Amino acid sequence: MNLAHYIGLLENSEKQLTEAFEYVANKHKDEVDIEQVCLKLSAWSREHHGRIMPFVEKYSEDHESEPASLKRDLFTKKRRGSLALLRDLHDLWLLTQEAQLCWIVIRQAALGLRDEDLKSCYQFCNTRTKRQAEWLLGRIKQAAPQTLLVA
Amino acid sequence: MKETRDSIDDIWGSRTGYEGQWPVRVDERIEEEPDHWVQSACVLCSNGCGMDIGVKEGRIVGVRGRAEDRVNHGRLGPKGLHSWVANHSQDRLTKPLIRRNGKLEEASWEEAMSLIVQKSKELVQKHTASSIGFYTSGQLLLEEYYALGVLGKAGLGTPHMDGNTRLCTATAAAALKVSFGSDGQPGSYTDLDTTEAVLLVGHNMASQQTVLWTRILDRLAGPNPPHLVVIDPRLTYTAEKATVHLAPRAGTNVPLMNGLLHLIIEAGHINQSYIEAHTQGFEELKKIVSKWTPERVEQLTGVPAEKLLAAARILGTCRTLVSTALQGVYQSMQATAAAVQVNNLHLLRGLLGHPGSGIYQMNGQPTAQNTRECGADGDLPAFRNWGNEEHIKELAKLWNVHPDQIPHWSPPTHAMQIWRYCEQGSIKMLWISGTNPLVSLPELDRVRKIIQQESLFVVVQDAFPTETTQYADVVLPAAIWGEKTGTFTNVDRTVHITHKAIDPPGEARPDFDIFVDYARRMDFRGQDGSPLLVCTWKTPEDAFNAWRECTRGRPCDYTGLSYAKLTGGSGIQWPCNEQYPNGKTHLYEDGVFNTAIDYCETYGHDLETGAPRSHDDYKLLDPQGKAFLKGSDYEPPHEVPDEQYPLWLTTGRLVYHFHTRTKTGRSRALNHAAPDGFVQLSAEDAARYGIQDGDMVEVESRRGKVQEPARIGGTEPGLVFIPFHYGYWDKPGRPRAANELTITEWDAVSKQPHYKYAAVRIRKVNA
Ligand code: SF4
Repeated sequence: MNLAHYIGLLENSEKQLTEAFEYVANKHKDEVDIEQVCLKLSAWSREHHGRIMPFVEKYSEDHESEPASLKRDLFTKKRRGSLALLRDLHDLWLLTQEAQLCWIVIRQAALGLRDEDLKSCYQFCNTRTKRQAEWLLGRIKQAAPQTLLVA
Repeated sequence: MKETRDSIDDIWGSRTGYEGQWPVRVDERIEEEPDHWVQSACVLCSNGCGMDIGVKEGRIVGVRGRAEDRVNHGRLGPKGLHSWVANHSQDRLTKPLIRRNGKLEEASWEEAMSLIVQKSKELVQKHTASSIGFYTSGQLLLEEYYALGVLGKAGLGTPHMDGNTRLCTATAAAALKVSFGSDGQPGSYTDLDTTEAVLLVGHNMASQQTVLWTRILDRLAGPNPPHLVVIDPRLTYTAEKATVHLAPRAGTNVPLMNGLLHLIIEAGHINQSYIEAHTQGFEELKKIVSKWTPERVEQLTGVPAEKLLAAARILGTCRTLVSTALQGVYQSMQATAAAVQVNNLHLLRGLLGHPGSGIYQMNGQPTAQNTRECGADGDLPAFRNWGNEEHIKELAKLWNVHPDQIPHWSPPTHAMQIWRYCEQGSIKMLWISGTNPLVSLPELDRVRKIIQQESLFVVVQDAFPTETTQYADVVLPAAIWGEKTGTFTNVDRTVHITHKAIDPPGEARPDFDIFVDYARRMDFRGQDGSPLLVCTWKTPEDAFNAWRECTRGRPCDYTGLSYAKLTGGSGIQWPCNEQYPNGKTHLYEDGVFNTAIDYCETYGHDLETGAPRSHDDYKLLDPQGKAFLKGSDYEPPHEVPDEQYPLWLTTGRLVYHFHTRTKTGRSRALNHAAPDGFVQLSAEDAARYGIQDGDMVEVESRRGKVQEPARIGGTEPGLVFIPFHYGYWDKPGRPRAANELTITEWDAVSKQPHYKYAAVRIRKVNA
């Protein structure tokens, strides 16, 4: 069964998200809304991670580490100025897509297995991952014109 | 001097108990007998009382209420009766000023305007119009906002337009949009004449809208007095009159409102058939509020369970209800979410759209409603939806420009973000009109640094020298109320006309003329090469007539109004059109709301994160005219008292002063009644810190400090209160603006800053 593989991926990407949101919150403290919302969204991912753990135990022993390398590629420390904010939000959004795709894949398996717990975990977390992505997209749209045209 | 009443000592005047029709009482205060009277209305709070200006030999000599006006029936409060004195104050700005070698020097209009135009053209060429921002006021008139909206959005095409209305009424607008699909108050002030109950949330009406409060006092003195439920952490004049006063801890409006809704749902005091026919989201809301039992609410908010029950009984059983909300909600944690719970209460009980029931999501001033209507802030004219391509096309057609000229590609820039762009240097010119951000914005130290930045060219247009004008590169002297003609709209959608009574002093000009002049000099043109309509306007009436066309078919339909119709009698409510020639008293009588996908002003937001919803997501909800019931769970404030800063600070306004005291501080009587700020603290805290009444106290937050004389009593232990908007123009010596202390952060949806809480510490200073 390869479900374990994907749960591992997901567990990892929620962990990445938790850290990445927190990282961006701290890095862009001067943007107060970024700081506050990112801290909130980091807490959401932390909660997701906690909710996934029982399934990690239930379905697998071997952990997956692919998204860790993804994070390394995404966030680079060198960025500065307002472009940095846009790029960091951009990368956060990519990470949320990773998590969301994992969820979609896992949901298919959950349906097949008729694992009600996993289904309801999906319900809860996936909706919020979507909201994370929506906020990021809204904020990216706000920052983009000013960053690209003026700043 | 003739004065029908002493409004300074007796703020609300004598009582006339009534039910049905509020009796007339004409309040008047004149220093000399006028030659003639000129029709106007008061702009100093959102009530917008109808008044006449008494003129003698080209000077204002007094005012009187208009007996026939539907808003005030002749009554005026202390600010209305006294603030006109400011028009004649000696320090009015009468000539344009330009900064030369670091100093502001007198200049001609030609020089000042040429400089602004040259700078604008340069910036647009080098950095696009997004390098220019406008920060306007809630004190201009409808025609001026519309002129500004058109020149900014269609002429320049900058997305950076907002104003101090963001600080006072953004949440009102946001909450109405969230629940009902568009801005616009459902109720009417006449509802107060018969209602069975009034709920005031975070709204000290006795101080803020004295004449509206008079109407309630008169009901209380009448045959069937309404029950009053007041939610406010302080024991205000308003709270003193309450049947039930709930005093929640700072930042806990949402759990408190959730607790009330929970009790009302549980007791079955809801209108199930109304909910089914006219709303969406009930089950979700019910689930969220059901967690908020009276015990849990008590634990978190400090409001005793039996008091919550008593309030819920009144709100759940009254057959008619008027609710109002103001800054205690709007400037606090979860502002929009809390304001929306007030709307929910009315939807759950089916109490709106008929006489006696209304919701007033209050504004700070009547003219503030017009920024929202006209597009001089983050909204598009006539409640159009920036996410709706068709709405943009309509505007483009009206304005004869290409749709993409109108900045709608991303959410409009809110005020705090405008300042942030200035801080980062990407906004390079900021044009401030009729407001004084150097006292009114949070965290003043930061704002002072921003405005002084080399990279920022600052234009300030005002009638008086203020804390802000001293940092300007160009100062434009503006005419004020009484010196220009135009219209404005109060909280219950009543539109008033104010006619020019006297000439402005010196070379001061109406804001309208300044904006039109700028548009002409910039030579803004439509897509066929003809001048943009704002360039063709000669009088405010031209702008008003263009505005009427802009509102056709929209919720705020003005097509039935004209200067002629507004002159002579009472103010008139919008919508006013062929169908409702005398205006419409209540919105949503039929339970059909402005939520239809083609009609709504917004596709909504995620109440927790503030993420805007897309057209496609909205389509899935497809409310088709149903109102939204939207719940929210509690989120703790971002700054809470700790060991270092152990007290809560909250801020608010006093009866006698208004917006940074630019006008009210220049009225001798008003200034005399409230000359200084103070720090109000409980007897317990005073004892703990060894502070006596009148002692000078230093209040310090992580962002700054102020010194204020102590005033003891009227607040809960652990909470200190400072009146905001005391600044430095009349008392430069001591830091006293409450906003030295407040925090830079804002509500996720409405983007309104949080002024109502900060963690502070205090100590007595030896003078
Ligand atoms: S209640 Fe408001 S509008 Fe009426 S007179 Fe007083 S300040 Fe003016």
